[in-house]
Amino acid sequence: MHLVYPAVLAALLFCTGLYGVLARRNAILVLMSVELMLNAVNLNLVAFDVWLRDELHAGQALTLFTIAIAAAEIGIGLAIVLQVHRNRGTADVDRLRDLRDDAPDAGSDTERADREEKAEAAA
Amino acid sequence: MSTTTTAVLVPLLPFLGALAGLLTGRRAPGFVRPLAVLPTLAAAVLAAVVAWRQGGGDALDAATRLTPTGSVPIDLALHLDGFAVLVALLVGVVATCVQLYSTAYLRDDPRYPSYAALVSLFTAAMLLVVYSGDLMVLLVGWEIMGICSYFLVGHYWETEAARTASLKAFLVTKLGDVPFLIGILALAADAGTFRINGILTAVTSGGIDHPTLIALLLLAGVAGKSAQFPLHTWLPDAMAGPTPVSALIHAATMVAAGVYFVARLLPLFAASTAALVVLAVMAAVTMVGSGLAALAQDDIKRVLAYSTVGQLGYMTGALAVGDRSAAVFHLVSHGAFKALLFLGAGVIIHAAGTNSLAAMARTGGLAKRIPDAYWTMTVALLALAAIPPFSGFFSKEAVLGAAEHAASGDAEGIPGAAGWLVLTAGLLTALLTAAYATRLWLMAFRGTGPGAADHGKQPAAMNTVLWILFVPTLALGLAAWKLPDWFDGGSLTPTLTTSVLSTGCALAGASVMYAAWRRTAALAARTPLGAVAADPDAAPYVSEEESIATHEAAYGDIAAAPDPADPGRTLLGPLHRHAAAGFHLDAVYSALFVRPTRAAARLARFLDREVVETYVRSAGTAPRLLGEAVRRAQTGNVQTYLSALFAGAVVLAVAAVLVANGA
Amino acid sequence: MTGAMTTLAASTAPHGFLSPTGVEIVFLLVGLATLGAAVVTVTTKQLVHAALWLVVALGGLAVEYLLLTAEFIAWVQVLIYVGSVVVLLLFGLMLTKAPIGRSPDADSGNRWAALGVAAAAAAALVWVVVDAFRTTWIGLDGDAPQGTTKVSGEILFRHWVLPFEALSVLLLAALVGAIVLSRKRDKEGER
Repeated sequence: MHLVYPAVLAALLFCTGLYGVLARRNAILVLMSVELMLNAVNLNLVAFDVWLRDELHAGQALTLFTIAIAAAEIGIGLAIVLQVHRNRGTADVDRLRDLRDDAPDAGSDTERADREEKAEAAA
Repeated sequence: MSTTTTAVLVPLLPFLGALAGLLTGRRAPGFVRPLAVLPTLAAAVLAAVVAWRQGGGDALDAATRLTPTGSVPIDLALHLDGFAVLVALLVGVVATCVQLYSTAYLRDDPRYPSYAALVSLFTAAMLLVVYSGDLMVLLVGWEIMGICSYFLVGHYWETEAARTASLKAFLVTKLGDVPFLIGILALAADAGTFRINGILTAVTSGGIDHPTLIALLLLAGVAGKSAQFPLHTWLPDAMAGPTPVSALIHAATMVAAGVYFVARLLPLFAASTAALVVLAVMAAVTMVGSGLAALAQDDIKRVLAYSTVGQLGYMTGALAVGDRSAAVFHLVSHGAFKALLFLGAGVIIHAAGTNSLAAMARTGGLAKRIPDAYWTMTVALLALAAIPPFSGFFSKEAVLGAAEHAASGDAEGIPGAAGWLVLTAGLLTALLTAAYATRLWLMAFRGTGPGAADHGKQPAAMNTVLWILFVPTLALGLAAWKLPDWFDGGSLTPTLTTSVLSTGCALAGASVMYAAWRRTAALAARTPLGAVAADPDAAPYVSEEESIATHEAAYGDIAAAPDPADPGRTLLGPLHRHAAAGFHLDAVYSALFVRPTRAAARLARFLDREVVETYVRSAGTAPRLLGEAVRRAQTGNVQTYLSALFAGAVVLAVAAVLVANGA
Repeated sequence: MTGAMTTLAASTAPHGFLSPTGVEIVFLLVGLATLGAAVVTVTTKQLVHAALWLVVALGGLAVEYLLLTAEFIAWVQVLIYVGSVVVLLLFGLMLTKAPIGRSPDADSGNRWAALGVAAAAAAALVWVVVDAFRTTWIGLDGDAPQGTTKVSGEILFRHWVLPFEALSVLLLAALVGAIVLSRKRDKEGER
């Protein structure tokens, strides 16, 4: 079998997952997309393992580990999403904007004037 | 204890006293007075021991090198010759007297601990200068004296006059010290050593390449420290400090340091005719100018200050004619009687409640109230006026004799012109000195009018000190026959010609002044004038501080008073106005230096504020605008961030692949 | 895309793209189905359907593993992904009160940027992968079995024991973490 088939399939699956991560609003759907990306990587690992005929079968072992880690990740991720949903009433990723930099308001202007005065005094 | 060890202890003891005073002053007020007086007294006694042991024999030299320096070595060196031990003895005695006097004079001053410590530190520095055999070590003492002078002049810093005077004293002396430092370095570079002995050897063997330049540079520092024209302007203003400080620093010792320095290095100056002529001109101008200015002053301490400037002029005159024995002789005797005059003036100011001669002339019975000060000051004024047989007569005669010697061309390597200049100016100044001494005495002690407020009996410590200093004032003249053994060996005894001439001049000056006073004294009753600050219960310094602070407000000028009863005003005529202002030298300096400096400062301020800061501000504005643009990208939406991240990663990966494939 | 590749590969490789083997045909068909299911997963507006389409995609991948002779991994895939992960996701959807039926706002405003990034990434990846592995052939019918349970077990417990045990610790940590995170705080200050 041509290696190109699994490899291209893996690449396309990965990009599909990427689209999902970037475009989905619901956090659980984002997690699903992450699963897709992980699986794409797994497919790559398996395909290359078969092609290289690795003595240690590192590809297959890593695939198993990835699956385990993905399971753990989904558990933790879901727990976090549930917590967020419980606290905020929503699991929409684009509504969690606490890191936003607020637009400068009147308060910051006076603050800046204060700072300039202090600089004057220090000079 | 060897003589060297004793000599080391002499500057060390007051220094340790100063340290201890500064450290314990606040916590243990009871120790402050012993800590101030005892180390200084011990230093004076040890200085006497050193002088006794040295005994005018060969110079003692001791040196230790602390650490090697790069090129020219610096040694902790002592050089004890007749000059050094006698001047040190003078410093020790006067410093002890002043410390003793201060315990009473500044009795209740809250800043007395630091004051006493600074006086001790000053004493240590002066003794170091006197004993030092190395120019760098000498310079250390020299600068410590300068800073102590600054602090002590500004002791009454609540008054505007004291603040400005301390700054002025510091800046003007520093103006001289910069060329002085350069001169020392140039001298050491030429001679290859900082040791005074080594330098003098180099001078004799002709190893100094630029004697005139070096001598002139050094003269600048000497003029600043010893208050010689044109850098003398700080000394009259420095009278805003406490009287004991004026007595110690600005009359007896620190101002004499410049003279002493030239005396130590006289062969160097003698190697340059130009330097001697400059020195002579400087001395002549200083003498005559200060004599005239002293006639016009109203503040009793300013009269004495100008008198000090004039007497220092005598000393530099003696140096200009190459006779350092005469110079140091006059230094010692002047140190004694001028200290006495100042300390006596402190008593007068306390008793009269004013420092203004005009106000004293309107106060009766001052002489009866302070008999100790009256008698001692009378003698000290006679000594100042060089009336035989008091000490001032002999030392001044030594100077004039040396000048006459040089003028007649008998002195080797000394230009006759310098001799004539010093002789003429000296005789003229003798007349002026006698005149202003008489004026001071008449106005202070022969005033008529209501009696002064009763300040009680003057403290015993102050009166004792006056009598202690009275002894050398009276009798130091006899040393004229003994001192040549200690000094260079030249005769110091008066010669007939100059004695007759100068005594004649002095008597003439005194009689003219007396006559003028007889005519004007009656006016005093008709023109009331003066502000008296009577504080019978306060410490003596309070009167002085108040009168300094109020003099300008009460009389319209810090130096003069519009007093028609002043005989000096009658005698000087139209010159009085200029003499009172010190011949407007301050105004000249203000126009020449102060205003251009201020203008330059304004320009620099303008450039800094308006030009440089504009660049700084715009340098700040540009990033701020950029930041405001960039902060819009901070939406808080994780998906946007991730999109940007992945887009960047893709671009980078594609770029990496392309580069790897050589595209 | 495939057409371009076939023309490129036909002249060079002994195993041409124009004469696919049976395995290749099956792989291709299952792959198309998987990809389709994945695309529907990330685009559908019905949230529960997305989870179900995910099952299809993951199952398709399991078949692909089988075709690649990785038999053990295929079963693990079915067991863990289809059996547990998707079930977990469905629970998650229900617990967050996800709407049943079409929800108009399933996609965020970021979707066009996401589409651009994903397309660019896909183009770049496919281009690189195709360029690199155009002629590479996997010999599936060798003598030694590649991915049987026996082989997998041997390598896992002979060479990969330590990472395997470390992984168990990780799973334990995840377990504890998930419990701690999702525990309900009944009273203030209880913890």
